[in-house]
Amino acid sequence: MDVVQEVLEKQKRDLERYKPIIVEKHLEVRNDVGMMLCSDPNDLDEKVLKENKEDYLRELTRDNVQLLINEIWELPTERVDECIVAKLPAPTTVLPRIRKVPGPRALTKWEKFAKEKGIKKKKKDKKKFDEVLDKWVPTYGYRKADAEKQKEWVLEVPKNVDPMEDMFQKKIDVRNEKVAKNEIQRMKNIVRAKKIDAPRAGYLGPEVADSKTLRTVATVAKASTASVGKFQEKLPNEKQARGIGVKELIPGTKRKASHIGGESEKEENLALIKSILNKKPKIDVERAISLQKRDDRIERDQEQAGGGGKKKSKKGGRKGRGGAPKSGKKPKGGMGQRAVKKGGSGRKRR
Amino acid sequence: MKRLSEERAKILFEKLAKFIGPNVKQLIDRPDGTYCFREHRDRVYYVSEKILKLAETFNPNQLVCVGTCFGKFTKSNKLKLHITALTYLAPYAQYKIWVKPSFEQQFLYGNHVPKSGLGRITENTPQYAGTVVYSMSDMPLGFGVAARSTADCKLADPLATVCFHQADIGEYIRSEDTLF
Repeated sequence: MDVVQEVLEKQKRDLERYKPIIVEKHLEVRNDVGMMLCSDPNDLDEKVLKENKEDYLRELTRDNVQLLINEIWELPTERVDECIVAKLPAPTTVLPRIRKVPGPRALTKWEKFAKEKGIKKKKKDKKKFDEVLDKWVPTYGYRKADAEKQKEWVLEVPKNVDPMEDMFQKKIDVRNEKVAKNEIQRMKNIVRAKKIDAPRAGYLGPEVADSKTLRTVATVAKASTASVGKFQEKLPNEKQARGIGVKELIPGTKRKASHIGGESEKEENLALIKSILNKKPKIDVERAISLQKRDDRIERDQEQAGGGGKKKSKKGGRKGRGGAPKSGKKPKGGMGQRAVKKGGSGRKRR
Repeated sequence: MKRLSEERAKILFEKLAKFIGPNVKQLIDRPDGTYCFREHRDRVYYVSEKILKLAETFNPNQLVCVGTCFGKFTKSNKLKLHITALTYLAPYAQYKIWVKPSFEQQFLYGNHVPKSGLGRITENTPQYAGTVVYSMSDMPLGFGVAARSTADCKLADPLATVCFHQADIGEYIRSEDTLF
């Protein structure tokens, strides 16, 4: 009997120590096992949340994690090196991208030109019939070079060319140059697509360079002596290279002035401030009108006060006691100052 | 980074004089070093010469900002002062407006100051004078333009605007990307 009781008590204690793995939820929790994500659509208990936030949230999280773990345990498990491992399925939750979706690839210069002109790419045949070799020869790629070698085992030396020149080497050089040029153009296309400032390409050889670059190169070369080209002879009608950023390339020309002004700038600024502060203010029309009005009123009041004392002192134009003011407006109360001291009796009452 | 042209320098100093009057001189004529105004991407920066020398080594295309941004020239060549200039305007301000604590938030959301929000105002503020707006605990909140002179404020009805909003410290959050 004692033993049974002991065992039961022990189990009870164990149960208290470990929380149950079954969690009751009002609404079912959505689990994405692949992402190991659990989202709980149930409302928070506002009252408990306010009373004991930390504990409540911890409990809630535990319950939800328990549900997730339960689901993971339902997956097929296997044992790898003393560890029990479950293979997670593919995640179902779609997360938003970090970056924007990449747009269409920028067109290369040729593609752009071809599109403008409506040039379509023609598909070449993979093999062409060569009449010299009397067989089918690949247009490009494997065995094309071989076929070329067989076909051009001898090369003609044109009359206007140095007879000692190696025509085969020349052919290779031309080809290498083409490859290099293509490479540069490829780089330029990348730069253009990325919209960054490309470094100056420099002198690309007489075939590629335009007249502008040639002139720049000539000018730079001429100035690149110990005396920065001072004693270099000039050709008739020679023109100095011009354009954006060309001046910086030519040695010996003046550097861009530093924008640090020093004392002179300070003096200039102070003079400018002085002229601004000493500027005479414009006429404040509103204020001028109000001042004028006030003066008029004082004058009028004076006149009226005077008229009250001596009757018909002026030309006899005004009749009665203090007739209407000239302007025809009623004098308003509380506007401006009355010349109390001068007038003595103040405004007339009717 | 370039020096301001004569025209733009004039516009700048005129604008600053509206707020701080003859104290403009003290921005240029400082005992603790040479300070100057520089223009970069139509923005005016107030920089010490020491920092300017360091900044000169950078490629202007890659330079974002140097010193304190005072404002920005619009396409029609008018200067708009930015809130970042407040640090230099506030200590020298000639005309000040204090707003009530209840209106502080409204002002920080970019609203004009009505008379009901007005706590205090410097005496003899003329109409359309540049004013620095403070909270009642003397914290500078922004700046604006007086819509009415001090005398007119007394007579105005409670909803009438007393100060037009120009910039407030809420802009540090609202227009973070265009401020510097």
